[in-house]
Amino acid sequence: MTGEANYTGGVISRFTGHPALTRFAWGVAGVGILATLWFLAGVWLESNSSTASFAAFGLIPTLEAIPELLAAGKLQAASAASGYRLGLGLLIAIVIGVPIGIVMGRVKWFQEYSNSAFQFLRMISPLSWMPLAVLVFATWNGSIIFLIAIASVWPVMFATAAGLAKIDPNWFKVARNLGATPLQMLSNVIMPAIAFDVFSGIRLALGVAWIVLVPAEYLGVTSGLGYAIEDARETLTYNHLTALVLTIGVIGYVLDSILVVLINRYSWQRGGA
Amino acid sequence: MAIRGTNIKIEGLTHRYRSRSGVTFNRVDLESPQGEALAIIGRSGCGKSTLLHIVAGLLKASEGSIKLDGNPIDGPSPKWVMMFQAPHLFPWMTVKQNVGVGLTFGNWSRATIDSRVDEAIRLVELQDFAQSNVQDLSGGQQQRVALARSLVMEPELLLLDEPFSALDAFTRSSLQHDVRAIAKRLGFNIILVTHDIDEAVIMADRAVIMAGSPGNIVHELDVDLPDPRDRGDPQVQKLRAELMDSFQEAANYNKPKAAALAG
Repeated sequence: MTGEANYTGGVISRFTGHPALTRFAWGVAGVGILATLWFLAGVWLESNSSTASFAAFGLIPTLEAIPELLAAGKLQAASAASGYRLGLGLLIAIVIGVPIGIVMGRVKWFQEYSNSAFQFLRMISPLSWMPLAVLVFATWNGSIIFLIAIASVWPVMFATAAGLAKIDPNWFKVARNLGATPLQMLSNVIMPAIAFDVFSGIRLALGVAWIVLVPAEYLGVTSGLGYAIEDARETLTYNHLTALVLTIGVIGYVLDSILVVLINRYSWQRGGA
Repeated sequence: MAIRGTNIKIEGLTHRYRSRSGVTFNRVDLESPQGEALAIIGRSGCGKSTLLHIVAGLLKASEGSIKLDGNPIDGPSPKWVMMFQAPHLFPWMTVKQNVGVGLTFGNWSRATIDSRVDEAIRLVELQDFAQSNVQDLSGGQQQRVALARSLVMEPELLLLDEPFSALDAFTRSSLQHDVRAIAKRLGFNIILVTHDIDEAVIMADRAVIMAGSPGNIVHELDVDLPDPRDRGDPQVQKLRAELMDSFQEAANYNKPKAAALAG
């Protein structure tokens, strides 16, 4: 038995024996370390007279705040409002980004004409569209959904186009040879071939959208996680603030994990996400 | 599997690529009776692959016509299916899904697809791999999947574009025999494009040689040999030598013209 063989899997796998369990155990251990550091920071804040007033940022007050927020229905309401904006914004980005990405990948002249313009638009910070969005849309809700859509559309569009560029042109020839209609070409060849790239693009878009959502909700609206954080700051309920930040992290992590599952499910390239 | 062959008639077929100057081939006439395996042999660039793509309906000819049983070919169809140099399988699908993809395009019922796919997979002897992802198969097995994908369409005409050239010698030889045997059993026509004279002798009932620029049919030879054909058989060797001589002659087809121009 070599030293390498002994090393493979590490200490945890010796107890769990299964790679998935090992990965899970490492994840729990990482979160445990983070929680411990947070707990120690809370203890330090509380023990120091100059920072004691911020002790509510600590782990224990935060965990105590979660049931309070749940009982009051604030956490559910804020998550639902943010989820609605995020979902609709992402949906718009997908509905616009995927077809344009497909055209970019398939039609060379369109790609040549549009590439510089889209790259230019992509580099504009999504939040800088805010004043324009407020002028154009009648409601703050509309403005926020627009900001999420414009932030998310680029990763979806460019990932789709990149996916198309990787398609073997012979697959189209084979499909035509076997009598595929253009719609069947789209559903049976193009979409399965680029599903991995599209979901990877949506995963990137989700990250950007989630980043844009919270600051966008600081302004104007009276619902959502961003608004709730701003409200908690103004009312000095710091444990509520950190509970909301924790919720943002958990929701973001769960959504990202769902997308990783989808990427792996639709990935035909060996290796996965 | 209910398949029958077709009478093929190619008349005055001419092709020129828009992007290139000159004519690829000019006024090609060719006939092939029902159930025949016809090999088109020629050097690279003589237009034999282009000719096959036109017969498959994947390219449009500049002039001339191709008729199967008197009906003109005006695009791709499950009745005339092409098998390419590489299998070009869809890597996200299993063997069974790849084989059945053409039937899915034809909106056949699930029961029909299942029974025809199972039969095609049996024909190419891949029953044990039906549920495997095609990426897990060897090159030869992948080409068998491509063959099953063509056969499942129950074509009247199978077009083979140097289909085994990327395979090792053993797999190539085995597939050459298998495809001919299946074609003879089921009765469909084959047009095989190749630059491998052995392949033409093993697989074809008749071989034509395409040469020149623009290309045209310059010679033809009946391959009247019993099955199964063995490379070591003196009759096979004799026909091979004959075909090789014709091929060499055809290679010099343009030389007198070139010499005259030089002179």
